[in-house]
Amino acid sequence: MTSLSNTLRTETPLAAGNVTELIDGDVHNVIPDTHALFPYLSDHWREHITNTLFKGVPETSYPRWAPTTERPGSELPNWRQAGSDLSVVTRDVLDADGLSYAVLCCTYAIDSLHNPDAAIAMARAVNDWQISEWLDKDERLRATIVVPTQLPAEAAREIDRVGDHPGFVQVGMPVRSAVPYGSRLHAPLWEAISRKRLVGAIHFGGAPGTPPTPSGWPSYYLEEHVGMAQVFQTQVVSLVTEGIFDLHPDLRVVLLEAGVTWMGPFLWRFDKEWRNLRRLVPWVKRAPSAYVRDHIRLTIQPVDAPPSDIQLRQAIEQIGSDEMLVYSSDYPHRHASEPSRLLSVVTEAHAARIRSANARALWKLT
Amino acid sequence: MDLDGHSVGVFHVEGEYYALLNWCPHQGARLCEGRLWSGLESDVPGDYATRTDRAVIACIYHGWEFDLRTGRSVCEPERLRVRAYEVTVEPDHTSDQDGVTLGRPSRTNATARTFPVTVEHGNIVVDLRRTPVSGTVPNGPRNLSEGEIHHTHIPSEGSLQPGGTR
Ligand code: FES
Repeated sequence: MTSLSNTLRTETPLAAGNVTELIDGDVHNVIPDTHALFPYLSDHWREHITNTLFKGVPETSYPRWAPTTERPGSELPNWRQAGSDLSVVTRDVLDADGLSYAVLCCTYAIDSLHNPDAAIAMARAVNDWQISEWLDKDERLRATIVVPTQLPAEAAREIDRVGDHPGFVQVGMPVRSAVPYGSRLHAPLWEAISRKRLVGAIHFGGAPGTPPTPSGWPSYYLEEHVGMAQVFQTQVVSLVTEGIFDLHPDLRVVLLEAGVTWMGPFLWRFDKEWRNLRRLVPWVKRAPSAYVRDHIRLTIQPVDAPPSDIQLRQAIEQIGSDEMLVYSSDYPHRHASEPSRLLSVVTEAHAARIRSANARALWKLT
Repeated sequence: MDLDGHSVGVFHVEGEYYALLNWCPHQGARLCEGRLWSGLESDVPGDYATRTDRAVIACIYHGWEFDLRTGRSVCEPERLRVRAYEVTVEPDHTSDQDGVTLGRPSRTNATARTFPVTVEHGNIVVDLRRTPVSGTVPNGPRNLSEGEIHHTHIPSEGSLQPGGTR
């Protein structure tokens, strides 16, 4: 299964800390069509997909042709999905940006599959597809293990199956979940991530069958899209409060497409309420902000930036750590903000961390 | 009890005596009106180890806990504490009436007064000069968000609460 040689993995195009180095922490590789998974599915599932209405995952957090899903220039001919062609990703992201690494995040909505056997089979197929079609083809790529998060024990089994592949650096978890990820129901998932020394990657979206906002079902995709930052907050609160980082002191969790500037005020509130209520969770021995700064990382797209550079700089300073932000393009998704603006308002040393050093530390890219 | 203008709470928990300034360093609430709890420690989720020898008082206003022995905040022991006083019980040789011997904070000396209490065969002595652990009351907020600490000095008489109540 492992085809990337150790030699390839340890070759680094640019020295760590070099300010010109760029690592992209969030690039989306998209399955072009369920048939692309056929080589990695059993006879049973190929026949099932061919002869029934089941054609793969029924949902996506990135509806096709929504302006946020495909940025101009990323569209592919013949109705193929943006982000599904390695050669285009290589040309437009890896080569165009001169990346030393890109971390792929496949957001195939395994969590929308209610048939557990279909969820397991499709997750396995997606991971094998990622190894063969992406990781084995470019040594600059790293990828995200896709798992059925709704079945934590099965997710752990899949992590154990492919987690030693050197190309996989993290486990994907859609931020929308039926039960927050800190819950003890998810213990096997975190144990497997920890066991394989991987990163927990909580990304935008998800289709767990529960409403995308804590107040119930909204009417429009816009509401779901804007409200996602609050869902990320609930996951961070859950992980710290339920002691995930006390159980797994080396664990790191990266939030993908969560936005950035809400973090400072959020931490202030989290610390404040912890002082009042900490007796409920005495294993939380330090201020929540200290756990977050040690264990949580954020990719910088979208930059939910205030209009003035002074305000943006203050918002970044409020986060209180220069080790938390990781550069990302979020290709092929489109955002109304440019990461270059964020990089220009912080100190040069901080910008260098965001561009590559924080990513190297997080994903152990040495 | 009022000790020369300082409202001090004396606690008797599991046979031990403790004394804290009746003044929450957060927003000046009367700390002694809060609830007493055992210390609570835990290493892993679901584990609750109560420590009666580490009793805390939770402030009546916002629930911040302070260690009765040291006055230190449970949440931020390095940055936040309420003044704690040394308390001892000493045999009473001078009077049939039990009492508290106390002095007031001073670098040079201490004046002593006796207050009637209900300890049998002894006096409770509250030493206003010394805290049970080394270190001093912080002079002011350090690295704290605005509004977290309004008063960390020992209040002079009549200034225990912004409203003047005691
Ligand atoms: S005044 Fe005591 S906790 Fe706020």
